[in-house]
Amino acid sequence: MFTLRPSKEIDFVGKKTIALTISLVFVFLSILLLIIKGPNYGIDFIGGTIIDIRFEKDIPLDSLRMVLDSIGLKDAIIQPSGKNEYLIRTKASSEALKGIRQALEGKLVETLKEKFEIRQVEMVGPKVGKDLKSKGLKAMAFVLIGLLIYISWRFEFRFAVGAILALIHDVLITLGAFIFSGREFNLPIVAALLTILGYSINDTIVVYDRIRENMKKTEANLERIINRSINETLSRTILTSFTTVIAVLMLLFFGEGVVKDLSFTLTIGIIVGTYSSIYIASPIVILFEKVKRK
Amino acid sequence: MLKNRPMGGWLKFRLIIVLLAWVFAILFLLPTLSGKSVAFLPKEKIRLGLDLQGGTHLLLEVKTEEALSNFLTRLKTEITESLKSKRIFALQAEVVNSKIELLLLNEEMIPPFEKFLADEYPNLKMEEVKRIGDRVKVTLSLDPKEQQNIEDSAVDQALETIRNRIDQLGVTEPEIARQGERRILVQLPGIKDPERAKSIIGKTALLEFKLVDEEHDLQEALSGKVPEGSIILYGIKRDKNTGRLVKIPYLLKEKTLLTGDAVKNARVAFGEFNRPYISLTFTSWGAKEFERITGENVGKRLAIILDGTVYSAPVIREKISGGKAVIEGDFTIEEARDLAIVLRAGALPASLGILEERTVGPSLGKDLVEKGVRAVIIGGLLVLLFMIIYYRFFGVVADLALILNLLLVLAVMVMLKATLTLPGIAGLALTVGMGVDANILIFERIKEESREGKPYKAALDNGYSRTLLTIFDAQITTLIAALFLFQFGTGPIKGFAVTLSLGILINLFTSIFVTKAIFDWLFQARVLKELRL
Repeated sequence: MFTLRPSKEIDFVGKKTIALTISLVFVFLSILLLIIKGPNYGIDFIGGTIIDIRFEKDIPLDSLRMVLDSIGLKDAIIQPSGKNEYLIRTKASSEALKGIRQALEGKLVETLKEKFEIRQVEMVGPKVGKDLKSKGLKAMAFVLIGLLIYISWRFEFRFAVGAILALIHDVLITLGAFIFSGREFNLPIVAALLTILGYSINDTIVVYDRIRENMKKTEANLERIINRSINETLSRTILTSFTTVIAVLMLLFFGEGVVKDLSFTLTIGIIVGTYSSIYIASPIVILFEKVKRK
Repeated sequence: MLKNRPMGGWLKFRLIIVLLAWVFAILFLLPTLSGKSVAFLPKEKIRLGLDLQGGTHLLLEVKTEEALSNFLTRLKTEITESLKSKRIFALQAEVVNSKIELLLLNEEMIPPFEKFLADEYPNLKMEEVKRIGDRVKVTLSLDPKEQQNIEDSAVDQALETIRNRIDQLGVTEPEIARQGERRILVQLPGIKDPERAKSIIGKTALLEFKLVDEEHDLQEALSGKVPEGSIILYGIKRDKNTGRLVKIPYLLKEKTLLTGDAVKNARVAFGEFNRPYISLTFTSWGAKEFERITGENVGKRLAIILDGTVYSAPVIREKISGGKAVIEGDFTIEEARDLAIVLRAGALPASLGILEERTVGPSLGKDLVEKGVRAVIIGGLLVLLFMIIYYRFFGVVADLALILNLLLVLAVMVMLKATLTLPGIAGLALTVGMGVDANILIFERIKEESREGKPYKAALDNGYSRTLLTIFDAQITTLIAALFLFQFGTGPIKGFAVTLSLGILINLFTSIFVTKAIFDWLFQARVLKELRL
């Protein structure tokens, strides 16, 4: 029987300066990306229309382009997706009942001979997306506050601070990676970020629980207790992250649509969360102690 | 072998519960998986969200300011008429920006006007009095509470009307709900022709009967001199020779004599050359009104107007009793049928704007379900396999618990009539991945305990008891995030929060209670003699 448990204790806490430096660099880069590039907001946030259309036989792109031009969608982007299938994206949206879809459908029937099927229409008016950003940020803040209260109650305040800082670290870096990937930022991504908050704290709590247990057992200093606790729970941390990443990665490979971006975000979040629960969440508690003593 | 040792009552009880959980899960999932239903057993299948089964999601906004301005326009007509009888002269009356503006003849009109207002329209306030030469312009505004009331009931009425219309469309399990102050959410699962549904839902369908103004000249009015109390509206006719649509102007009295409120029923009928027309039946009150109106105006022309378009303006030849009328026009059978639907269901108090539309065709939905389910199954199999490789027999037990976990999530969703969405499938995948976490925690702990030399029973028990709190803490924190997610999200995201939270809650049962019961039983029956983890 093999096991993931190393024969010797690994010195995680001792490397906290290096780990914190790396983390700070990534957090800084993420914030930079967030400010300079910003998320590539999708239609959920900025509004617009996406029409997914599939033709029975392939059609010349020019003719589709002409149809779009003739109904006033010069800015529309045609994006191939699958066999004889195209996504038409435009920033335009229409409040009117006879919207863009009907105009497109009518014109296509008129000009093209090929049969087609409109598989999906997504139209979001600019009014809807506006309050979503603040709503998403609010939800995020509420989750953090909720977790802060819960952990302070179950553990100690200093642990809660470590956990929350680690979470903010996780979300920022995940967001940075997401922005870097250039993927479209839509509603499900906010859901993924919220889930990462919930998931990533799991690992941290398992370590904290072990720290608390060991603190009762020995009188050793906090640093040694923390390091030993991280080691004792290491195999579990890695195994669980491994199984979760497997399941989520399959979505990335085999899923389609929003699920792909969702699982991409979750995968990054889980990996970063696992790293932070080992290298960041607990070492921060030590740092917090040192600062307090001064 | 099982009878070597007497089984404790508590253990028996636990095993029965585990068994019942399996039975429950399978019973509730049978209709979904096999497509058949058996008598006396649950028949419901799992509900798929619009994104998976296809359908249309609409977020509509009621233009409540229109309802307000309609109300004010009626009020204005009423006021100008009663002013005439009181010999208070108003030269002009208009509704501008949700306010009524009256142009009074001169300053002497102000005191009697003030009295008139206080007596008969206490909810109107004189906001501004401005002298323009000899004339006085008075701006009237409605009490804000009253305004709020009108806007509020407009949204309620719109909701009711939309519901009526959708009922007539025959959509199964539509969802129509008010959202916030003036938004209405409409979900139409499995609808085949979303454009038709949209046009039926959104048609204002304001039916009006107005007299044609025959005292004034139409041409003169068209050149810009519309007489006070009259308006110009257009009808649309198809030119028989060219086939083009032609606009025909009508000069009409502004006052509406009767509206669609008086209509009880509307249906399609066929006239000469099989041309469809709409036959209206009035309510008993409407029939009396119609009789009175036609009786008083014999020889005049009565225009029938729908949403601002004149459909016909026949001459009233005699008093019409019996409570029936017809709307003729150049419509196709489909148009006539849809028109009849909206007339039956009643008018919208104001027009609707579409804030958000998401339509998924049935073929795409089916694709997404297949791909999503396949991804969850492949991910699940890999996790199951990993657990067996890593934990051998213990892994098999954890795998059984994981399968039960997944089945129970779906079964409970069937029971609660919760909806499975595309992000919900992602939630299931996450449940699969995280579902083994508790067992990994427990098994790793058991390993540690037995390394310290504890006998297997003690190691097993400690493995469970010492990790219990940790597992609870970990699951509750994830649950906190899921709850806020539920608050934040709309349809599909809610589906994610649903599968995630159910997955976590049920996981507490399957990964702790179920696996422990199975291990205890296996040890008691001596199938397992030692811990080989």
